[in-house]
Amino acid sequence: MRQTGNKLFHLLLVLLAVTALTFVMTDRLPADIAAEVAGHGASAAELAELRERLGLNRPVLLRYATWLGGVCQGEFGKSLATEQPVSQTLASHLPVTLELLALSQLFALLLALPAGIISAWRAGSWIDRLTGTLAFGCAALPNYVMAMGLVLLCALKFKLLPATGYYPLHAGIIANLKGFLLPALSIALVEWVTLMRVLRSDLIATLKEEFILLARCKGVPPWRILLIHALRPSCFSFITVLGMQTAHLIGGAVIIETIFALPGIGRLLVTAIFAQDYPLVQGTVFLIAVAYVALNFLVDLAYGVLDPRVRTGGGNGE
Amino acid sequence: MASNQATKPTPHFDRGRFSFYAACSWLALLLFGAVTASLWPLPFAPDQIDSEQLAALPGEAHLLGTDAMGRDLAIRLLFGARVSLTIGICAPLLGLGVGLLLGMPAALYRGWVERVIMTITDVLLAFPTLVFLLVFTALLGPSLTTITMGMGLLIAPRFIRVVRSATLTIVQREFVLAARICGARDITIMTGEILPNIMGTLLPYTLIVAGFVIIAEGGLGFLGLSVPSPAASWGGMLAAGRDTLEQAPHVAMIPMSVIFLTVLSINLIGERLRRGYERN
Repeated sequence: MRQTGNKLFHLLLVLLAVTALTFVMTDRLPADIAAEVAGHGASAAELAELRERLGLNRPVLLRYATWLGGVCQGEFGKSLATEQPVSQTLASHLPVTLELLALSQLFALLLALPAGIISAWRAGSWIDRLTGTLAFGCAALPNYVMAMGLVLLCALKFKLLPATGYYPLHAGIIANLKGFLLPALSIALVEWVTLMRVLRSDLIATLKEEFILLARCKGVPPWRILLIHALRPSCFSFITVLGMQTAHLIGGAVIIETIFALPGIGRLLVTAIFAQDYPLVQGTVFLIAVAYVALNFLVDLAYGVLDPRVRTGGGNGE
Repeated sequence: MASNQATKPTPHFDRGRFSFYAACSWLALLLFGAVTASLWPLPFAPDQIDSEQLAALPGEAHLLGTDAMGRDLAIRLLFGARVSLTIGICAPLLGLGVGLLLGMPAALYRGWVERVIMTITDVLLAFPTLVFLLVFTALLGPSLTTITMGMGLLIAPRFIRVVRSATLTIVQREFVLAARICGARDITIMTGEILPNIMGTLLPYTLIVAGFVIIAEGGLGFLGLSVPSPAASWGGMLAAGRDTLEQAPHVAMIPMSVIFLTVLSINLIGERLRRGYERN
């Protein structure tokens, strides 16, 4: 309980730092926001009036406090370009990123779990070496290179899937999934490597334990040993890496979203940066940073749920 | 991967050693080409347009062909290597420097010094790296210096952590105690005793980071946030190749392969160093 309290305090501290830095950084994005908003023909008086209205004359700390107060109530201000509330824009872009994230992590899991289990079970064999070499190759491919390779192969050469195109869910689930398949694969084909490696090395360590030997002596079939006995105590680092990767991908899929023209959070951020739409940049970075911090925090908590040894307070901690 | 059992003598052909030398040669070639790029009498400037050869296939006039604007791909790759390698070398070194400067004292002095340094590190690690890099470069204007500085600072906390934990394992060893008894000052202990002993851990890590940095720089270039065009960068070439992916796939595939080979080589060398160090 006390530990969770400490972690929560740490979380608050980090959130405060992240929001402050976000604010200070994005606050200065265009050199003169007022000139940007008013356009070229504005007179000095108009500019001064606009600065007053946007609150640009007040000190940074005060503006940060006001902004944070607004954020707590879900108010991120209005986009300079579209005049729409930032919160609305974020809400409409978030589901796309979440779907991409879920699908790519699902594919990564589907690749990493069997590969990790088999190569740990048959460590040193040809199949282990093959997965190892494949993984080594995949690790050297940035996801944008993977994405272009997949587009080249699947969309242009064999015309199996559309190269770009996003259909919302209500336009039909098949069309929607087709649009997500290549982007999700190009992320998954890079991300599975770390997952597989972590799982493999932890499983190998677990398989040397005595309770596995006991299970073998009892005549438990290998698949049962692997999936029931060995997997759970070997998956802690695996879960951590999975969580960290997911957190990282919220903003890290920027390039994939750009390549496949998916209207997600990452693409929103890039367009906002190029349009110098600072309230939008602020809101997006805030959302990404908070999600990142929160996910890492959740992973930390999940540890305690999965591994009884980490739960402290009651019983024999160490 | 973990195939050789190290006990078995390998009289014939060591695959690991072969790929290691191949990786070293590729990187050496790239580095040499990038450093001397402006010294040779190259037939074209990197942003010179050959309007008769648009998206030409590799051939006599252009070794690796041209892009859709008629610019020589081989020459652009060479000049792009300058950007990628400068950032790929300087940013990890910057991170390593900061890591050593803060990580070693944190492990050596413990107490409040360690607590302050590690709290700051933890907070910095909680930032989503790529997103802040994006905003950082957009904010200060994309240039070689800002990108190198930005990347170096963003990876510094990771180095601080690695340096600290590596130092912690060394600090308690007898030879450090012996040095201290002999009256060595802290600075001498750090540079003379600890530093040489943690380099074995740090070097492979630095290489892994270098690969990551090159990938990240390519990503920035792809989004148009690396060195401003017409200057060549690998990511920028990739983005240009995307537009003609169907008509002239080689325009994208050539920079794709170069990025892949470079990162692969760096990873191979890092892996080899790590394994060699672990064996000792």
